[in-house]
Amino acid sequence: MSATDLPPLAPSPGPRIRAVHDEFHGDLLEVSMGPHHPSTHGVFRMNVTLDGETVMKLKPVFGYLHRNHEKIGENTSYLSSMPYTDRLDYLCSMTNNWAYALAVERLSGQAVPERAEYLRVILAELTRLLNHTCLAGFLLQDGGASGTPLMYAFREREKILDLFESLSGSRMMCNFQRFGGCRTDAPAGWLDSVRRLVDGYGKFLDEYEELLTGNEILMARTQRIGRLPAALAVSAGITGPMLRAAGVPYDLRKVEGYGFYPRFEFRVPIGADGDTYDRYMVRVLEMRESIKILQQALRGIPEGPVMDPKARLRGFRPKPGEVYSRIEGPKGEIGFYLISEGGPNPYRYRVRPPSLINLTLLEDLCLGHSIADAVVILGSIDIVLGEVDR
Amino acid sequence: METPEQIRDRILARFPGASVAVVPNPGPAAQHSLLAGADLGREIATFLRDDPVLRLDYCSNVTGVDWPKQGFLEVVYHLYSMALRHGPVILRMRTADRADQVTLPSLTPVWRSCEFQEREVYDLFGVVFAGHPDLRRILMWDEFKDHPMRKDYVEPDDYEWEPTPHGDILAKARRHYPAPAAGAEGKGNP
Repeated sequence: MSATDLPPLAPSPGPRIRAVHDEFHGDLLEVSMGPHHPSTHGVFRMNVTLDGETVMKLKPVFGYLHRNHEKIGENTSYLSSMPYTDRLDYLCSMTNNWAYALAVERLSGQAVPERAEYLRVILAELTRLLNHTCLAGFLLQDGGASGTPLMYAFREREKILDLFESLSGSRMMCNFQRFGGCRTDAPAGWLDSVRRLVDGYGKFLDEYEELLTGNEILMARTQRIGRLPAALAVSAGITGPMLRAAGVPYDLRKVEGYGFYPRFEFRVPIGADGDTYDRYMVRVLEMRESIKILQQALRGIPEGPVMDPKARLRGFRPKPGEVYSRIEGPKGEIGFYLISEGGPNPYRYRVRPPSLINLTLLEDLCLGHSIADAVVILGSIDIVLGEVDR
Repeated sequence: METPEQIRDRILARFPGASVAVVPNPGPAAQHSLLAGADLGREIATFLRDDPVLRLDYCSNVTGVDWPKQGFLEVVYHLYSMALRHGPVILRMRTADRADQVTLPSLTPVWRSCEFQEREVYDLFGVVFAGHPDLRRILMWDEFKDHPMRKDYVEPDDYEWEPTPHGDILAKARRHYPAPAAGAEGKGNP
């Protein structure tokens, strides 16, 4: 029997449809939502079974953006995968870079100079600001607030992207981290620009929150919608703001203390109800904590090299071994699992995609809600299809 | 947290007939793992989740590894405890071979987070998970044959085309579209 002759696919479980007893309900309607639906944030598809407007069953369909990122990673050298990690979650290339660089550094026992660690924290927190700002904008867009909140969010995002561009040469595909430090040092005046942006960001958040947080329509569309119980969230491997909105105080910046995060003072906001509104609110509060971390990091960043002099870029061959390393990305826990056999390429290169695993409970969250709420729930999960499909 | 050896001994005390071994990791990360036999795999996983000292309530990462030289497929689970904030405990299971005995117990009933990831391992590596509630391909389309993450996977010959082929692509294009016979050039169709 060859590899292609595996046993047939197991049958899928029966539809999870509630019994409908009253005679006014008509037939169930199956709708294929996506992959070109604007609310799915990319090429994501949901096969929804509807009773009127109520979701009775929802099956996510993946793979429209699949390019077997992991196979590419196994066929290229360690360093060549760095620009590919930009394309995973293309809003947060800086944190993807860091997650991958950290995994390879742990695999090869590579040290990182102090200034580079500070730069990494600054870039990761800027990425978090950028991602959460965009998410708030997209969520409001999904809720029907057409244009204004998203444009406000993109105005701020553009300022952060300008900083990334002046540092790395690219707005979104930064390709900035290396094994043992950062590619370049910050140019003259760059840190002052970051300081100016960070000092002004609180004011933007105040303005944004005044517009939205107490907004009656936003509250009506998100409160008590898509409630996520904490125990289920833990079992389903939900991470990031979605997990903390469900009331579980689990933040890898605190738990693992990677980088220089133990040096900074910040709090981990958690939600009370685990509903969509909490997911929005937790992200807003996280942005305020990110501003605190940024201010501390900008005060404390030392002079010095950004690259370890012992780091090898060419002919890099880690000793045999394996590592699983994870960091707190803006969307959740992004991890890399690498196996080295001593060669120039990783034997196994695996990305743990937070966006995909956070979608595990999409059906559970949406059942019984209307289809318009399903759109808002999906928006609050915060997915990027480049990472879901890899 | 307990060392892998201590965990192994406690598993063996709880399941006397089980086969559990520690797989050392020679790298600097020194993340050693536990290799569990497939027959009691789900019982061992349930023990790891419910044990009051370990309480590994969170399965972070599930992935497959293909070892063609050793002749088996391996599934690796990275387990953490959110309640006690420790980890990782790495659990591995191996199939008997790479051809027809590729069934392993699914751990989706133990940790819900395995649902999509085990589907992915099934899709890309061809490990069949017994007891998975919804084992279908996830990234490749349903009609797709073969498992692309296996080391001996051969990609289809004509999956891509370049307007100006060079290097490997050119060699492939020559194989796929043999050159016309000598003398036939320039004649055109009648």
